Amino acid sequence: MQLARVIGTVVMSHKDENLSAATLLLVQPLTLDHQPAGRPLVAIDSVGAGVGEEVFFVRGKEASFPFYPGEPPVDAGIVGIVDHWDVEV
Amino acid sequence: MLLARIVGTVVATRKDPRLVSSKLLVVRPIDPRGKADGNHLVAVDTVDAGVGETVLIVSGSSARMASGLKDCPVDAAIVGIVDTITVAD
Repeated sequence: MQLARVIGTVVMSHKDENLSAATLLLVQPLTLDHQPAGRPLVAIDSVGAGVGEEVFFVRGKEASFPFYPGEPPVDAGIVGIVDHWDVEV
Repeated sequence: MLLARIVGTVVATRKDPRLVSSKLLVVRPIDPRGKADGNHLVAVDTVDAGVGETVLIVSGSSARMASGLKDCPVDAAIVGIVDTITVAD
């Protein structure tokens, strides 16, 4: 899983039927210093995250697991909203 | 998932039987502000997208979860046509 910040939203009216109820958010992966790391991507939201929040997300087919037995065609999914993180050494 | 712009089409007469009747498009990933970002790739279209449109790409094994692609040998699928992208400042 990776840490990221939600930076925006994506709206689609014509999409795969299994995405009809999906909330799609733009996320920017972060370093442990809260700095952007790498290119932003689109992730499905299963926890009610909002723009500006720090989250963690999974990549791969596992991103669809929160919607089981539904099978949305997604490869990135937000699975938690981070309150804070602490790093020692 | 990645945002991408459709830049072309691919015609292939000889291909895996499970790809017969699949529409193959050349797409170029873009950043949330529309600037090209990364290498071109070939994706299977499942939503009747066309050249010039901005779309959502699912990659990896999740691509097979797109409508009609079960058990197909693909690793990138177009699953939606993007209406708007909103990026918070």
